[in-house]
Amino acid sequence: MANNDQHQATPQPSTSAEPTGRKYWRSLEEFAQTDAFREEIAREFPRLAIPLAEGVDRRRFLQLMGASLALGGATACTKQPLETIVPFVRQPEQRIPGKPEYFATAATLGGYATGILVESHEGRPTKVEGNPEHPASLGAVDLKTQASILDLYDPDRSQTLTHLGRIRTWEALVDALMGAAGAQSASGGAGLRILSGSITSPSLAAQMERVLQRFPQAKWYQYEAASRRNATLGASAAAGQPAEVHYALAEADVLLSLDADFLAQGPGSVRYAKDFGRRRRAFVDGVEMNRLYVVESAASNTGSIADHRLARTPSQIERLATALAAEVGVAGVSSPGDLDEATRNWVHVAAQDLQAASGRGAVLAGDHLSEELHTLVLAINQSLGNVGTTVRVTQPAAARPGDDLTDLRALVDELNNQEIEVLLILEANPVYDAPADLDFAQALQNPKTWLKVHYGQRPNETSPYCQWHIPATHYLEAWGDARAYDGSISIQQPLIEPLYGSKSTHEVLAVLEGTPGVKGYDLVRDYWVEQLGSEKAWRKAIHDGTVAGSAAEALALGPIDASAAARAIAGRSAATLELSLRPDPTVWDGRFANNGWLQECPKPISKLTWDNALLVSPHTAQELSLQTGDLVNVEASGRSQEMAVLVQPGQADGVVTAHLGYGRTAAGRVGTGQGFDAGRLRTTEAFWSAAVTLTKVGSGYQLAGTQEHFNMEGRHLVREASLEHYREHPHFAHDVGHEFPPEMSMFPPHPYEGNAWGMAINLSACTGCNACVIACQSENNIAVVGKDQIAAGREMHWLRVDQYFTGDDYGDIDGMVNLPVPCQQCENAPCELVCPVAATVHSEEGLNDMVYNRCVGTRYCANNCPYKVRRFNFFKYQDFVTPSLKLQRNPDVTVRFRGVMEKCTYCVQRISEARIVAGREHREIRDGEIVTACQQACPTEAIAFGNINDSEAEVTQWKGQELNYSLLSELNTRPRTTYLAKVNNPNPALASDHSAGEGHA
Amino acid sequence: MSVIQDGGYDRPGIIEKPPVLAPGHTTGSVTDRISEVVTRGTPKWFYPAFGFSFLLMMLLIFSIAKLVFQGTGIWGLNAPVGWGFAIINFVWWIGIGHAGTLISAILLLLRQEWRTSINRFAEAMTLFAVACAGIFPLIHVGRPWLAYWLLPYPNTMGMWPQFRSPLVWDVFAVSTYATVSVLFWYVGLIPDLATLRDRSKNKIAKIIYGMTALGWRNSAKHWHEHEVASLLLAGIATPLVLSVHSVVSFDFAVGIIPGWHATIFPPYFVAGAIFAGFAMVLTLTIPLRSIFNLGDFITQRHLQNMGKVMLATGLIVAYGYGVEIFMAWYSGNPFEWFMVKNRVTGPYKWHWMSLILCNVLAPQALWSRRVRTSALGLWIVSMFVNVGMWMERFIIVVTSLHRDFLPSSWGMYHGTIWDWAIYVGTMGLFLSLLFLFIRFVPMISIFEVRTLLPEAKIKATGHPKEHH
Repeated sequence: MANNDQHQATPQPSTSAEPTGRKYWRSLEEFAQTDAFREEIAREFPRLAIPLAEGVDRRRFLQLMGASLALGGATACTKQPLETIVPFVRQPEQRIPGKPEYFATAATLGGYATGILVESHEGRPTKVEGNPEHPASLGAVDLKTQASILDLYDPDRSQTLTHLGRIRTWEALVDALMGAAGAQSASGGAGLRILSGSITSPSLAAQMERVLQRFPQAKWYQYEAASRRNATLGASAAAGQPAEVHYALAEADVLLSLDADFLAQGPGSVRYAKDFGRRRRAFVDGVEMNRLYVVESAASNTGSIADHRLARTPSQIERLATALAAEVGVAGVSSPGDLDEATRNWVHVAAQDLQAASGRGAVLAGDHLSEELHTLVLAINQSLGNVGTTVRVTQPAAARPGDDLTDLRALVDELNNQEIEVLLILEANPVYDAPADLDFAQALQNPKTWLKVHYGQRPNETSPYCQWHIPATHYLEAWGDARAYDGSISIQQPLIEPLYGSKSTHEVLAVLEGTPGVKGYDLVRDYWVEQLGSEKAWRKAIHDGTVAGSAAEALALGPIDASAAARAIAGRSAATLELSLRPDPTVWDGRFANNGWLQECPKPISKLTWDNALLVSPHTAQELSLQTGDLVNVEASGRSQEMAVLVQPGQADGVVTAHLGYGRTAAGRVGTGQGFDAGRLRTTEAFWSAAVTLTKVGSGYQLAGTQEHFNMEGRHLVREASLEHYREHPHFAHDVGHEFPPEMSMFPPHPYEGNAWGMAINLSACTGCNACVIACQSENNIAVVGKDQIAAGREMHWLRVDQYFTGDDYGDIDGMVNLPVPCQQCENAPCELVCPVAATVHSEEGLNDMVYNRCVGTRYCANNCPYKVRRFNFFKYQDFVTPSLKLQRNPDVTVRFRGVMEKCTYCVQRISEARIVAGREHREIRDGEIVTACQQACPTEAIAFGNINDSEAEVTQWKGQELNYSLLSELNTRPRTTYLAKVNNPNPALASDHSAGEGHA
Repeated sequence: MSVIQDGGYDRPGIIEKPPVLAPGHTTGSVTDRISEVVTRGTPKWFYPAFGFSFLLMMLLIFSIAKLVFQGTGIWGLNAPVGWGFAIINFVWWIGIGHAGTLISAILLLLRQEWRTSINRFAEAMTLFAVACAGIFPLIHVGRPWLAYWLLPYPNTMGMWPQFRSPLVWDVFAVSTYATVSVLFWYVGLIPDLATLRDRSKNKIAKIIYGMTALGWRNSAKHWHEHEVASLLLAGIATPLVLSVHSVVSFDFAVGIIPGWHATIFPPYFVAGAIFAGFAMVLTLTIPLRSIFNLGDFITQRHLQNMGKVMLATGLIVAYGYGVEIFMAWYSGNPFEWFMVKNRVTGPYKWHWMSLILCNVLAPQALWSRRVRTSALGLWIVSMFVNVGMWMERFIIVVTSLHRDFLPSSWGMYHGTIWDWAIYVGTMGLFLSLLFLFIRFVPMISIFEVRTLLPEAKIKATGHPKEHH
């Protein structure tokens, strides 16, 4: 025995005898194999000591961890498909190394699909772009959908199936679920419940129905924290059957938004923005400009582009809507008597405008307003004759329309009553986002529910309460389908095998169906081949990403009786200070909390990042002696939550807005611990708003924003005029500021022959929605730097949307303007002159090129840039280590190291690609062939890019307009990026209002 | 006009001027007194003083190591303010480095004899200040290991520096200045090194001084060639005094940022540099003079003259401030005018006010003869100026950048602990070098002071009269 020990514990020096030979020993200690001797050997011959025998030192530990992490990422702990690594004998059709492929698929949010095209490099999806064929996209895409690709590569995703934290196989789960199903079948599934988010997928719903047929007593509940229940219930009440309202804004001449940020948030927002944008910027071509009235509680993207904007609390907005209903003659509604004169006049003028545009107008209401209000708004639209033209009432997109709150209440009651034995939670996080009064975590801990299965992409607040955790597929990894805002069918096609052996929702439900092992593809395909009639139609649907003409049919609508709704609204008393809860503009209900792009994307208007603050209007803040950074105890519905205050111009007095989705405790390395959990103030009764009291408890909380100063200081940066003023003075954009005469140079202008790239940005159409910012980040491998670096002023976004408030009073702003600022690509570039190493130089096509390899990082160029668009890598911001993140990067764009400067390149990689293609085909690059990432994403098509030497090009046409001006043209930088001055369309009847203002903001 | 020809009085009338060398000295006593500072052995206070400086220098090395390993982000820089302490310190040290050359070269050419007893020291100070300054352009870049790309040298990349950039001009200006200053200083040292070689008892010291003395044998031919070399170097160095800081000022003036883009910068920077340089000479000379009891050589007259130079250059600097403000208003450029208002009333207004206090108000005390002749008074004023000139660069660099053209990009800048560590660290480097210099090299030029002796005059001119 001693002999064996010796050989295992202390490997022999090379000079020692063979283990099999005669045994030698140097001392009695060696012979006896004492611990002391082993120690001595280890000290004397360090290399002989058993590696890791006494634990590992830190360095070695890190090496091992690094190696295992890399291996873990490569193998993803799953069995790899059996394949031999050999080159393609026959190259798959259309796959050329280095050339990206695009596939149509669909991303969902709250169940609603947006059709997208996903760029794939050698099998790696890298970027989300809009699908021009899809009705919810028309080629554009919003910021959350674009950023969702980062979730695919999130290193915090669940990589293994676990039971009580231990790794288990899929088969083990199948056994457990099948066993539970067997036990349940006796009672018809009386103890089985399934909780999911809102599901619009027809194939999944069919599968769910099959499960419910197998277990007739089982129940399927749906809950979305950013629920649209008020909108659908309100519409259903009006229609007398399940109904949903959506809009055809291309036809709308006059729009009135009641706290609806319809251009940036919610289903269909991309399509709405697209339709709205076309009506907004095409006035130069003779298309009549629409007019937008907005009354809102918190400053929003939609409010920033309004012709007339009022800031009111949600309860005031509901009363204002009653007044509007009375004005437009909705039967049984009388105007509330307590509206002030200005508001009354405003409503009167808007109502007249809407009536004049009968059938060509639309009134939209925010999802968080009451269901009665939604009924009332539909009645308003009906009496304006808009229903059927601009306002469409159809069956809901949801497969099984219901009421999230009723569902969730029922579930919690059943849990508390010990009626549930098996609970399957499909991609929901109720412990975090259920109303606080339900105390979902407590309910989950009831002893009767012996099997709790959580299915999700990453562990979250709910998963620790469940025994089983199944890693869910990302939408780019699995087959599926969904309906768009208008009911159009969208096919969700995977672009990559699941990175971590995750299962799709279809595959999990198949277990409950009793058919484990069925592939998600077969489930979805079989469903659609049957529905569409042929394999060919199915293939076309995959190819297109949608089924043309599949939008929901309009419902026949009888006369709506809104009197009860109006009475209900009139009967509500308004609190002195209201709390308005809203989904966050970037991280939504918290599902994107672990997405660095969205965390770092500046929130609209406030430009806040990495946090949700309590938005307080300047007047209210003054009354309550609050300032930005103060910590307050927010008390509503008997609950309290500490939050930091942000004093926000444009916010309505008397209402404080808090965004949901923050204060996550188990979001992952990015999202955990950011911001404040406003959801703790939420109850089933006060789901969206409540009376609130604020008590200051501290100060000095650091809110990291990307912009500190929101006043243009009288500089003519955004030039703005009314349509009327523009018609009289088409040259107004040039009547301000100092133009630099181009001849004022000692040198002749540099001739640009061939291509000369330029960009024009139409400020009339920009809503500041940030879709371009995320598009740029995704296309150009832009690093996420974190809250502390944002606070230090070191954000890396190449394209930013500057926000300015207009008017003299900070507390009562006239309006808001958005100014997207990419690199201006100056012809006389101040940056180029001062670079000591020629790292930023001019190309013969007029681009201001940045040569990362040559840059030594003096930052002189950034100092000398009047537009401050240059971004410096103060630290090594890029993650060069995490394997999964490497897969996301665009291989056409250099990943920048620390110490170098970077900036917008006009997507030079896309220019090069087009140049190569055109060169091979012996032709010039065509107009529209190069689309920059920002241009592609922009839902309002506010960006044109092309060759300014081509007089036919769109960008040249834009630049030829009299509205075209250069930012800071007095510096003679001669930017290639120019702006079309903002033209808005205020109603002359409200001439005292701000927007009729002249010349500039 | 009655000129009092006596050594102590060389100007008409009332103002009594102290001599540039105390009476009663002989060639031997001059040599003894100055060289004994070096040969006498190390004084006790030297160890703690040098030790402290050395620790600060270690802090510099540590901070630079951290900077190289972690990145420029350890400093307080950000998007609008891309330059901060590094550039401020660079300009500050370069400014300080101006007095030496001015005293050595220009005053030599102008035959201002009072310069003799302070020039060695001032030149050494120049060198050390330039050494400190030279660190900053290297480390302030994002990738310091590639800073040599600013040099024009044949390379496989086929790249030259971009000669339109003022930073490349800086490279030439500063490296030329450093080279000429080193040569000038060293050439001036040779006769004194030979003296030390001859006086050292220690063998190793003898060998080292012997090698550095380059075989100086005190021959007439040596003296002649030494004189020619000194004059030539003085001739070369003179334009450099004007050019270096002019070029440094181009770093700003060539930029288009309001607050930088001003034609007054070159002269105003040169005046500021001389102002700062003399302040630093005073700051260091006054304590050393008293510690080493060198009042005989660095007399009231020296201090007073330096005070006058400070007053004159200070007035030029103040005029520069005034013109900057006037031009901002007179040009009608709204960005310039905003910049001035922002400097004076914006978030950095206290910095601006302290600048005015230190650089404009405090030097006015020098109109008073009592202050000019009081070592303590001069020292206090010089400290004000040292602080004020740093503040001036802070104002120029930071307040111009932090609020430029687009209000959306405005921001604030604050130095971090590592900004301060590197700044304080360069002071450590400066003091360490200075202490080594004092310990091992005569801090006053022995052979030049000897020429101030009456006997030197007699031999030279035949008249017991000083030159003007």
